[in-house]
Amino acid sequence: MSPSAPPLQVWAALVIGALLLLAALAPWIARRTSATALVYGTCMALTAAQTALALYSLLAPQPAAALDLAVGLPMQHTLLGWDRLSAAFAVIINAVTAITSAYALGYGRHEPEPARVLPFYPAFLAGMNLVLLANDAFSFLVGWEFMSLASWALVVSQDRDEGNRHAGLVYLLMAFGGTLSLLMFFGLLAGVAGGYSFAQIRGASLPGLTGATVLLLALAGTGSKAGLFPLHAWLPLAHPAAPSHVSALMSAVMTKVAVYAFVRFAFDLVTPGDHGDWLGGLLIVLGAMTAVYGVLAALLEVDIKRVLAFSTIENIGMIFGALGLALAFQAKHFEAAAALALTAALLHGVNHAFMKSALFMGAGALISATGERSLERYGGLIRCMPRTAAGMLIAAAAIAALPPLNGFVSEWLLFQAVLASPTLPGWLLKLLIPAGGAAFALAAALAAALFVRLFGITFLGRARSPEARNAQETDPASSTALLVAAAACVLLGAIPALAIEPLQLVVRDIVGTRLPDPDAGPWRSLVPLSSSGSSYNGAIILAFLLTSATIAAVVLRLVASGALRRTPAWDCGSPDTNPATQYTATSFAQPLKRVFGSTLFLARERVEMAPPGETRPAIAHVEWRDLSWELGYRPLAGSIMWLATQANALQFLTIRRYLLLVFAALIILLAVVAAWH
Amino acid sequence: MALIPSLALQFLQMLLVVAVAPLIIGITRKTRARLLRRTGAPVLQPYRDLARLLRKEALVAETASPLFRVYPYVAFGATWVAAALVPTFATGLLFSWSGDFIAIIALIGTGRATVALAGLDAGTSFGGIGSSREAMIAALAEPAMLMVVFIVALLSGTSQLTGIAAFMASPEVGLRVSLALGLTALVMVAIAENGRIPVDNPATHLELTMVHEAMVLEYAGRHLLMIELAAALKLIAYLAILSCVFLPFGLADAGAGAGAVAVGIAAFLAKLTALAALLAVFETSIAKMRVFRVPEFLGAALMLGLLGTLLLFVSRMSQ
Repeated sequence: MSPSAPPLQVWAALVIGALLLLAALAPWIARRTSATALVYGTCMALTAAQTALALYSLLAPQPAAALDLAVGLPMQHTLLGWDRLSAAFAVIINAVTAITSAYALGYGRHEPEPARVLPFYPAFLAGMNLVLLANDAFSFLVGWEFMSLASWALVVSQDRDEGNRHAGLVYLLMAFGGTLSLLMFFGLLAGVAGGYSFAQIRGASLPGLTGATVLLLALAGTGSKAGLFPLHAWLPLAHPAAPSHVSALMSAVMTKVAVYAFVRFAFDLVTPGDHGDWLGGLLIVLGAMTAVYGVLAALLEVDIKRVLAFSTIENIGMIFGALGLALAFQAKHFEAAAALALTAALLHGVNHAFMKSALFMGAGALISATGERSLERYGGLIRCMPRTAAGMLIAAAAIAALPPLNGFVSEWLLFQAVLASPTLPGWLLKLLIPAGGAAFALAAALAAALFVRLFGITFLGRARSPEARNAQETDPASSTALLVAAAACVLLGAIPALAIEPLQLVVRDIVGTRLPDPDAGPWRSLVPLSSSGSSYNGAIILAFLLTSATIAAVVLRLVASGALRRTPAWDCGSPDTNPATQYTATSFAQPLKRVFGSTLFLARERVEMAPPGETRPAIAHVEWRDLSWELGYRPLAGSIMWLATQANALQFLTIRRYLLLVFAALIILLAVVAAWH
Repeated sequence: MALIPSLALQFLQMLLVVAVAPLIIGITRKTRARLLRRTGAPVLQPYRDLARLLRKEALVAETASPLFRVYPYVAFGATWVAAALVPTFATGLLFSWSGDFIAIIALIGTGRATVALAGLDAGTSFGGIGSSREAMIAALAEPAMLMVVFIVALLSGTSQLTGIAAFMASPEVGLRVSLALGLTALVMVAIAENGRIPVDNPATHLELTMVHEAMVLEYAGRHLLMIELAAALKLIAYLAILSCVFLPFGLADAGAGAGAVAVGIAAFLAKLTALAALLAVFETSIAKMRVFRVPEFLGAALMLGLLGTLLLFVSRMSQ
């Protein structure tokens, strides 16, 4: 370490070191009863400190130079440091991680085998932070693999469940594929640039085909980690398999690391230039497909954690769609519109991190209170778990993009970016963008239905199982963390400038301009483009809403009859005391399944009626299939299996034939090399 | 514009929409009854109904959650704010910049999601059926509505309703195919969102076809009053959107005098009456459709909206 090293980056690296040290020590102390509190408490303190460091680095007038460590690959140095982009992501990631670690202080005590979770949790955090801090390809990949493998270990921490083992296998394979793409991505770039540091890579110029290959590799590597369709297959399996606080981190935070990586690659390291056009169009198509697919699959699902995982896929689609718009705008030099679309993407990332971590924390509380994961076994939980219900109601309304909460602000910005796009030249984009806009509108509306279903079936109505009837409110640490995340959703909805203004530092670095200054509009409203007269002010809408609801309540209190009587439910005169007569999660989604699911998911319903005279009940069967598995992954796995079986023959050759094989391979390789030159 | 008069105008609009909402319902019902050769209830009957609800005690189901008594106020508040942000008799009101067309649609969505939760609250089968169908209708109606927003916002270069109304009143508009598509889609969405025939029947009870009525079955007294008034306000909001986008005459400008405001109010009431009568004519000329025909109806609205947007995107090429 050089003596003139900037202190901030050193501190940030030390935090990562401390997390790794904690991971190494955790197995020794895991058997003690205080281990959970110690590990999660330390993680909370360290990530809170990292949040402060990153925030300071983001707001500093000049980003500090990278820290140069003489370790790593031979002839290569390890470069660690934040610029504004990575500092902004480090703030959000560590802030949400600190909240989730606070939640784990309570939730982690329910863990049956803490020794299988405690060491990997800090390692996972260290990996994510290393990805953000890395300034060269090698340390980036090390961090990326740390993040992947530590989260894999957490996914299979409860490996007695067959489903979890399967999820772990699929996740591991997909993670290897993703890292392989990134490895080739950096390999191609370093081949052109002649070095592995980001500064060297940044200056490289990429001719046509190489540039396209590089960008596609970047998209495959980061998109598979983020859950972009059709590389999403592992996500709805792996995110729910982990303990709930880890699910929260994987869904809310790790996907944002992937978004960071894509922004870093496509907007910073590789200047897309001519590629922005088609890459933007591709991202809009993929984003729209991901968003609609994710929310529809979530509507068909009844396992609460899988519902949330599919909803993550939907939100990732929105983020990548906005990034696609930003790329297209940037390629055509519409800087103001590019700033708008990029802000929409980054803000949605921030919002989703808070909303989804809150929802997963709530799901964890529900699971530990009832021991059930199926929505069909919940019901009426608002009575026994009022604090969890309050937090989840706010987060669900926010992620359903209902104003005045935060999810609406970022979707509003996305729609404003779509509205700014007709001036883009190019026929393809002219057809793709309106269709993408319609798909995002459809996904937003379906998300509202999804979260009415999630909250209504879980917390309202009557208990559908004895476990739900006798549930207990979760511990104070868990519910406080949940409520803090929910409060952030309200705050960022009322005052979006809290997130948007710091993000503008990043946006200005990347596209050269920023959103119009809020001081220009009335009452610091959010203005997407100075040329359009549109504006939105969350604080006014929130105040307006509260005032008018209060006025209505006060007026009614003055003039209406105040009498109130508790009665049995009316239900059109024929109430049934059996809770099974209520609507369930499946029946709530049945109309939507019939409208959308019958073609997209081959959803089928079959009712088996008892013949007349028999008293056995009628049975309704519902089945649906994920076509991306059937048409994509299964044939792929099948062909790999077939190839492996064919190659199996090579294991039983004589030594003479092996030598011949080696010789032939050498000749062919030499011929290829000769032909290349 | 001075703060006090503009605040007064904003309050005037909020009072106006609440005050005339039952009247518009009454006009629709009366026209419909006359078209069916019935005498029908007096035009002021909805006011009497609401007054009766004021006097009645509120019933709360034993299985209802504590939120049961909160939803009606939230639904009413959200719809009221949405209706207050639409230019009705004047453009450029005090708070008009705090939410654009998209935000107004989303606020109506907040109200709708609240009522859908209310339907699930008591854990009854009828409430569930209503919420589930409302979710299906909304999932198609909202994107179709956003496509309409896209059409008018792309044409006028802003998504602020004040700017849209000013543009639509200017001679630059001309006759455009996409506007015709947008108008058709908007009317279809407005019918679906307000639970009118052919999507839902506001007069029906005890039928498996009902949607809105099924969600609010458990409510009585002042809570039902809030929900009914919110539904009436939603109708007003949609009629006001229709008239401010497609009939933008007679609107008072920001800072106009009392005369212009009076003209604006008169024009607004005339437009509402005409649209309410038209709605009744439409409702009597068509039969209620099966629930699973609704997606086709709304899907058509969505496609019309998308077609209109696409035409606008493509036509920018030639400019």
